[in-house]
Amino acid sequence: MKTILKNKFIVIGGGIILVIALISVFAPLLTDYDYGKVDLPNKHLPPSLTHLMGTDLYGRDVWCRVAYGGRISLTVAIGAMAVALVCGTLIGTFAGFVRGWAGFVLDRINDVMMAFPMLLLALIIGVVLGPSLNTMFFSIGIPCIPMFYRVARATTMSISERSYVLAARSMGSRRWRIIFRHVIPNVLPHILVIMSSAMGGAILAESSLGFLGFGIPQPTPSWGLIVNEGKTFMFTYPWTTAFSGAIIALTILGFNLLGDGLRDHMDPKIRNSPGR
Amino acid sequence: MNSEPLIRIEGLTKQFSISRGKNLRKAKFTAVNNVSFDINKGEVFGLVGESGCGKSTLALLTLRLMEPSGGAVYYKGRNIFDLKYNAMRVIRRDLQIVFQDPYDSLDPRFNLQQIMEEPFIIQKQGSRRERSERIAQLLDAVGLGTQLLNRYPHQLSGGQRQRLCIARSLALSPEFLVCDEAVASLDVSIQAQIINLLLDLKEEFGLTYMFISHNLAVVKFVSDRVGVMYFGNLVELADKENLFGNVQHPYTAALLSAVPDPFGAGKRRDVLRSGVPSLIDPPGGCVFHPRCKYATERCSREAPCLRDIGGGHLVACHRAGIMNGEVK
Repeated sequence: MKTILKNKFIVIGGGIILVIALISVFAPLLTDYDYGKVDLPNKHLPPSLTHLMGTDLYGRDVWCRVAYGGRISLTVAIGAMAVALVCGTLIGTFAGFVRGWAGFVLDRINDVMMAFPMLLLALIIGVVLGPSLNTMFFSIGIPCIPMFYRVARATTMSISERSYVLAARSMGSRRWRIIFRHVIPNVLPHILVIMSSAMGGAILAESSLGFLGFGIPQPTPSWGLIVNEGKTFMFTYPWTTAFSGAIIALTILGFNLLGDGLRDHMDPKIRNSPGR
Repeated sequence: MNSEPLIRIEGLTKQFSISRGKNLRKAKFTAVNNVSFDINKGEVFGLVGESGCGKSTLALLTLRLMEPSGGAVYYKGRNIFDLKYNAMRVIRRDLQIVFQDPYDSLDPRFNLQQIMEEPFIIQKQGSRRERSERIAQLLDAVGLGTQLLNRYPHQLSGGQRQRLCIARSLALSPEFLVCDEAVASLDVSIQAQIINLLLDLKEEFGLTYMFISHNLAVVKFVSDRVGVMYFGNLVELADKENLFGNVQHPYTAALLSAVPDPFGAGKRRDVLRSGVPSLIDPPGGCVFHPRCKYATERCSREAPCLRDIGGGHLVACHRAGIMNGEVK
């Protein structure tokens, strides 16, 4: 635990995520407005002391919507990434390790998934499972699996050729033990890099699904939705897009730093070196 | 030599198939071709040959880290390829290997404690205390101290890493240890240390070695008997004295003459004609005949069998004896 806190990336990245998460959780204490209440006379007000981030096209307080929006956006992003990371890593590692016909079949399934546009695949899954928050984890997470799968499989193939895997086999180690003790710990750092970059896509995918009616129903706010609504007025009343966009960027930055930090923390070569 | 051999290798063959670009037909090549020999308990069996001749494939096959295309390996009279998974797991304690690259054979995310504990965990041996006692013993035997246990492999030198690999391979008290180019990636001074360590450990733990190397000087120093491989085939096998003193196969002669000799100024090297033949399309007859200066018409037609020319000296050559131990 002490060494984890020495890593600046983890502390800063984790701090950013923690603050944003706390804002969303305690949103009712931080704002007196109702995120869904339309107040047309006050639409498009610039940021002021009464409306910290201004108001949107329906006169709703942007700060209030951003604060509440984090509940949906963060949950969906983390849930979807968890689905993609766990499935992609496990299936990819398995395919890379056993190869043969099982690997071939999984590869072809993966190719088919990659050939689908991500949003279409998300819609299909959304339709099949019905709209709900849990559905979003899968409808956004599953289309992300191929990204993780490919990296996991390629890395596994190179790692399973290493002598330490052979050495473990020569000691009589079972396959699953080799996979979980030697292969996955060495694959994970590469996966974390993918996760950092896929996170932003997941937050935006949620808004696309919402826009098409397969996400969280209106007027419950999410960051992607706020950006979408403000898009039309980006040059005349930029604050709606600017603030919600900034918080998305900040979140992605937080996850990126956290991902990099965790990757470094898992590498003994970097962890124990001074100056980190 | 009249005792039951510890390891008996019989007709071991391994073929790999490779696809050649546009041609969808798979091409096959033979990495190890019908190799047979025995390794007696307590001896050091040296295996030499140039790069790519199948030495390492043979090593992996001997420990069943790879399945053969044909043939058998008998350990104490039992064919290890017939064993079921669990029986094989038990046998693996007795058959261990030290790899060429000591960095590649240690998981970079394990510290020394975890590395040394791994064999005991895998084989579910010993209590926590017994394990740590045994680990201390092993580290001491290879000349490493327990103060290193919290270190990671990247914090060790090449020689220390190889000592660690040796200590790990000895953890399960094996009978048979394959050293696959175990000293090839080390400095010459460290090589000498590791070789002496291996020889000491052999006495201490009663080990039998298969010592694979392309370095003839090393093999000559450590081995009791030596096998020479060329292109997947075992071409000559003899006691160390016989092999180095009474060379029968032209390939062995060429290998020996390639060893640099600081006192042999002006000595004529026995340089081989052409390169190693194509693996996919090997020459007919004796695999060595395109490069052999003694080759006759028979050599291109008929593959020679390994035959005993007296005193357990085996050679696969129609023209064995033509050199009479003299290398021109």
